[in-house]
Amino acid sequence: MPPAAELAISAGRAVLVWGLQLSMIPLMIWFERKVSAYIADRTGPNRANVLGIRMAGFIHNIADVLKLLMKEDITPAGVHRFYFLIAPFIAMMISLMTFAVVPFADTLQIGDHAIRMQALNLNVGILWVFAIASFGVFGIIFAGYGANNKYSILGGLRASAQMISYELSLSLSIIGLIMMFGTLDLNAIAQQQGEFWGPTLQLGFLTLGLPKWGFIIQPVGAILFMTAVIAETNRNPFDLPEAESEIVGYHVEYSSVKFALFFMAEYVNILVASAVTVTLFFGGWQVPFVPTESLITHANTVVLVLLAKIAILSILLILPARKWHRTLQRLYTDKRKHEANFWTAVLGLQALACLGGLAFFAASPLDGTGSSVAAAVIQFLTFCGKLTFFGFAFVWVRWTLPRFRYDQLMGLGWKGMLPLAIANLFITAILVLLFDL
Amino acid sequence: MALKVQSPKLSFWERIYVAEVFRGLGVTLKHLAKNTVQQDAMPTYQYPEEKKPLAVRHRSRHRLTVRENGAPKCVACMCCETACPAHCIHIVAEESDEVWIEKRAKIFEIDLLRCVFCGYCVEACPEDAIRMDTDEVVLVGERREDFIVDREFLMRGQGEEWKQGRPAEGPSPRQGEIEAPPATPSDDEGWEAGAPRTPIKIPAGWRTPSKEV
Ligand code: SF4
Ligand code: SF4
Repeated sequence: MPPAAELAISAGRAVLVWGLQLSMIPLMIWFERKVSAYIADRTGPNRANVLGIRMAGFIHNIADVLKLLMKEDITPAGVHRFYFLIAPFIAMMISLMTFAVVPFADTLQIGDHAIRMQALNLNVGILWVFAIASFGVFGIIFAGYGANNKYSILGGLRASAQMISYELSLSLSIIGLIMMFGTLDLNAIAQQQGEFWGPTLQLGFLTLGLPKWGFIIQPVGAILFMTAVIAETNRNPFDLPEAESEIVGYHVEYSSVKFALFFMAEYVNILVASAVTVTLFFGGWQVPFVPTESLITHANTVVLVLLAKIAILSILLILPARKWHRTLQRLYTDKRKHEANFWTAVLGLQALACLGGLAFFAASPLDGTGSSVAAAVIQFLTFCGKLTFFGFAFVWVRWTLPRFRYDQLMGLGWKGMLPLAIANLFITAILVLLFDL
Repeated sequence: MALKVQSPKLSFWERIYVAEVFRGLGVTLKHLAKNTVQQDAMPTYQYPEEKKPLAVRHRSRHRLTVRENGAPKCVACMCCETACPAHCIHIVAEESDEVWIEKRAKIFEIDLLRCVFCGYCVEACPEDAIRMDTDEVVLVGERREDFIVDREFLMRGQGEEWKQGRPAEGPSPRQGEIEAPPATPSDDEGWEAGAPRTPIKIPAGWRTPSKEV
């Protein structure tokens, strides 16, 4: 491949990963607002609109961005300027960097070129994740120390103690998994999760069986990892660094865009955590029950089935969407009927586009490169779907569990999870030795 | 003495936490699904459009009741002013020109910002001249002076919009400046805006109460 093409591919992958993370942030914030509201029997945001289109509060993100951009950016007197100014950038940059090693599709074969679907091709991917992610605490400590405010420094100290404690269980919880997969390369780990345990049943392009997903072969490790990762991202129930009701947290002195950076870094951290969880324990980009080879050979069928499903789903969703907005219209007595029509149009167009695609792919079936690319796209979408689900799960957990007390947090980390992780590690090691898994 | 807090005994499944976490997740998911599907079953009032009905015995902005001829019932007995715990009623009495009524209020002002809406004034009144049943609970003004309401305003009756019929707003007085008192209304002038059902007869020589007396 000519160097220019390689450069273009590298840049494209980087932009794709970066864009994916940044464009998921509004979705995460929307989850945080609307899902939390519905969980708590509230209505959530529903006022901001563009021409009467409210998208169930999604438009509030735009209002949010405008507000944060136009706010006065205050640097209080008495801060340590260097640390104060650099902290938000560290937080954001570290979060964005960690995602680079996460594979978002299987290696793409075009002719005799293999393109790895990762922004950064490292064969020690998981080590990169841990190495860079543990830098993230610097952003928080700098923010807490630099702000010259006792609440900030309390938040920063809590964050550092918490992250150091949970990093141990975090790393130990996945060593068992790494022993079973025998590799540190995230793409290879994702590939191995396409294999099956025991007998399989071939059904068209579906392969039914027990997939070797991380959470099936390492259930204890999966639970430990997910718990530790919530603590690492400072989310409820481990959100002591910014416990609003106690100390308000390490970013108390920040305003405007600098605060926005911390805010976004938190959501990017969640996305990174979800991506790593998905890759290690939930099959990464693997489409459930459809291994890559069969996906490529049956690409056309899969695409047709998918398009048909989306078309049918869109058409089926039109009526509930209209009914939903009509209920809201009665409640709000405003121009909601535009929104019902808007969603009808959007869903209708989506269905039409899918039907068009269906006709196109039925007339000229995919082959060769086309089917490889289609498989990669489907895997990418699967990955995005899993990512979204775990992003949602973070919000879901946050609004379910109450916050830990600090001593409980430390007790759980050192006395509960660490011994469990070590025990899990030993048992896995013995099993791997005995049965050569 | 230290208080001994009894922790509840947890069963094994509760103690390992994981099963209980999933149960909790189930509960929240149920709420999420229910509220997504049944929007109108949510307990929220969509406030500006949808108002929560006030209780029957609520106390809202005061009003002064009027006689059949449109004059206020108040006989300036000062009971309400005396009863008011916030000292926010200000009354200046004058002689009434009707033979069977001794006094009437020349100035009757309530400072709604100081009022604690306790309703003592209503209870104290021997003439049923002051009531708190206008249903106006959201009072919004731009200046503090807006909240000192005078006799005419209080007589405008029930259910009126808060700002309707107030003297036209001039530029807010700058600090140190004293706001000029509103012009003296003649018999009929200036009453069209929010005129009550029966026009009030105002004797010549009555002044609209000034803000500072
Ligand atoms: S409600 Fe209470 S505080 Fe208000 S004017 Fe009447 S007596 Fe005074
Ligand atoms: S108690 Fe009634 S009659 Fe007496 S001054 Fe007050 S409002 Fe007028």
